[in-house]
Amino acid sequence: MSAFMNFRIALRAISANKLRSGLTVLGIIIGVAAVVALMSVGQGATSGITSQVEGLGTNLITVSGARTFMPMRGGQSYSLMYKDYEAILEVIGEKARIAPYYQGNANVIYGEREADTSVTGVLSIYQDVNEYEIASGRFISDLDNLEAAKVAVLGATTAEDLFAGLNPLGRNIKVDGKDYSVIGILSEKGSSGFTSQDEMVLVPLETAYTRIFGGQAKSGGAYTISGMAISVINADDVDSIMSEIEYILRREHGLTLTDDMVFTISSQTQMLESLSDISGTLTVMLGAIAGISLLVGGIGIMNITLVSVRERTREIGLRKAVGATRGIILVQFLIETLTLSIFGGLLGVLIGGGIAGFVSSTGVLTASVTFDTIFISFLMAVLVGIIFGLYPAFQAAGLQPIEALRYE
Amino acid sequence: MIEAIDIIKIFKLGETKVHALRKVSVKIDDGEMVAIVGPSGSGKSTLMSILGCLDVPTRGTYLIDGQQLDNLSSKQLAVIRRKKVGFVFQKFNLLSRTSALENVALPLYYSGANGKDRQKKAQEALEMVGLSHRIKSHPNQMSGGEQQRVAIARALINNPSIILADEPTGNLDSHTGEEIVGIFQRLNREKGQTVVYVTHDPFIARHTNRIIHLVDGKIINDMPVENPLDAGTPRPDDVLNSLWSPEESEVL
Repeated sequence: MSAFMNFRIALRAISANKLRSGLTVLGIIIGVAAVVALMSVGQGATSGITSQVEGLGTNLITVSGARTFMPMRGGQSYSLMYKDYEAILEVIGEKARIAPYYQGNANVIYGEREADTSVTGVLSIYQDVNEYEIASGRFISDLDNLEAAKVAVLGATTAEDLFAGLNPLGRNIKVDGKDYSVIGILSEKGSSGFTSQDEMVLVPLETAYTRIFGGQAKSGGAYTISGMAISVINADDVDSIMSEIEYILRREHGLTLTDDMVFTISSQTQMLESLSDISGTLTVMLGAIAGISLLVGGIGIMNITLVSVRERTREIGLRKAVGATRGIILVQFLIETLTLSIFGGLLGVLIGGGIAGFVSSTGVLTASVTFDTIFISFLMAVLVGIIFGLYPAFQAAGLQPIEALRYE
Repeated sequence: MIEAIDIIKIFKLGETKVHALRKVSVKIDDGEMVAIVGPSGSGKSTLMSILGCLDVPTRGTYLIDGQQLDNLSSKQLAVIRRKKVGFVFQKFNLLSRTSALENVALPLYYSGANGKDRQKKAQEALEMVGLSHRIKSHPNQMSGGEQQRVAIARALINNPSIILADEPTGNLDSHTGEEIVGIFQRLNREKGQTVVYVTHDPFIARHTNRIIHLVDGKIINDMPVENPLDAGTPRPDDVLNSLWSPEESEVL
C-alpha cells in the first residue's frame, strides 16, 4: 500500500463531498491567512521602526539627566551640568562630536497662532550630530551663540503650524513675549517612532540660558543641560566612549561605583534593540491571536472527520475485511485530514500574502511577508491537520470489522 | 482446508451473556461447496465471521490450511484475511463512486501489488463473473445481480483458500439469486474453489454438496447433498406457478 495510493483514496473521499470539504478547508484558510497577514503587518512595523531609528545614525549616544527627582547629597547636584559637557568634551572631544542642549517650555506665538512645542537651546554642532538638513535659510552659528542672538530655527511642522504657508524667513516670532527672528527652516525628517522630529523651536544655547530660561536653567548657581547628543566618529569606539562618559559623570557628581547611576547613557543600538524587542513581542502576540482561529479551523477538521468516520463505518469494515490493517486505516484518515490542512495552508498563505500586499498598497501600514512567516504558518496548519486528525483516525482504525460491516 | 474445533463464542450484552456458538466443530476440505442454514439467531453469521477471521472465538481452536490462528494480533488476522479469505456480503458492500475494476482491485492495494498487476488480475476476475463489459461502471449504475458479481470478483482476486458468503442472495430476486449461485457452482466445479455460504433459502442450499444445519449455536445436522441441484433448475414453486399459469389453464 503505497503513500501515493493512500493519497488517491484520500482525494476521492475529499472530492466525494466537495461542499463539506470546502467548508472544512475554509476554516484552515482563514486561520492561516490571518496568521500570515497579521505577522507580516507586525514584521513590517518592526522593520519600519528599526529602519527609521537606524536612519538617526548608529553611532549616536544620548546622555540625559535623572528622570526622577533626586535629593542633593553632600552638596552634589544630580542635574546634568554644562560643565559636565565641558569635562566630557575635554576627554573625548577628539573621538566624537558632542551637542549639549537645554530644553524648556516657553510660549511661542506668531500673530494669533501658537506653536505646540518646547524651546531647545543648542550649539551649532547640534545640526551635524543630529544630521539635520536645512530646507531654507541657515542653522544657528557659533556667532549667534556668542552674541546670544535673538534668532530661531524651526522644525518643518512647527513652521507650517505657525506660518501656514507664509515664508517664515526674516519674520519675527514671539518667545515669551520677545521678538525672535526666524533664520532657518529644517527639512522634514519624519517621526522616530515616538516623537516627531519636525516639531521644534531651536535657539542658541546662550540665548536660552540668558534671555529665556534664566534661573530656571540653573542649579547651584551653574547652568544645567537637558542632555547631550554625541556622534561617535568611529563606530567601534561607541562602547568605550560610553564607559568613559559614565566614569566622568560619576567623578563629577561624586558617585561611587556602588551608587546608582542617575544619568541615562544610551546608544542608538540599545534603543534599536529595545524597540525591536517590543515590536517583536507585538508580532508574536498578533500571530498567537490569529493562531486561535487556526485552532478553531482544526476543531472543524476534527468534527468533519468524525462525521466522515461515522458515515463510512461500513466502508472501513469492508476495507478491514479485505485485509487492511489498523495502521493502514489510521494512515488513510490521517492523510485525508493532512490533505485538507495542507491544501488550506497553501491557499491561506496565498490569501494572507495577498492581504498583506493589499495593506501595504493602501500605505497605512507596511507589511513584509517573510519566508519564516510562511513556513511557520504552513507548519502550524500541517500540525493542526495531524493533531486534530489523530483522534478520528484512531476511532476509524479501532473499529471492529464485524461490527463495522453490520453498521446501518 | 479449514478446521474449527470446539468453538465457543459468547457475546456480552451489558450484564447478560449470549452464547452464540456452543462447542461447534466443523471441518471443510478444499474443493467443497457448503451451505450453512438455520433460523435467524442460530449463530450462522457468527460462525462465518470466525471462519473468515473477522472475529475470534471465545474458546476453541481454528486452523486455516493447517495454520493455527489462536492468539494472533489484529494485524496478523488482517494479513490472513488478505491472503486466505474472500468475502461476499448480503449487501454487496462495494465502494460507491468507484469503478467496478477498482472495487475488484481493492484487496490488491493492501497486498502491495503494482498497478499493472492489479489491472490485469481485476480484469480477469471480472471476466470470470461475466462482467468484462462493465469494467468502468460504478455501483449505482449496476443492477443488484451485477453488483454482487463484482463483489464475487473482488473475493476471488487474491486466490483465497476459501470464499465465505453471508446470505449472498438475500438482497436479490430469486432469478438473480440463482444466477449468483450458478457462479459459485461454476467456480467450485471448474476451479475447485472452496465456497461456503450462509442462506436461509433451502432451495439455494440444495445447490451445494453439503448442508450444515445450525440451531441455537449448535450443529444439529451436517449432511452431504446426494443430488445437488444444477444452477438453472426451476424452483418447485415456479414449476407449480407455471402449471397454474393462465395459458395452461385455458388448455386444460
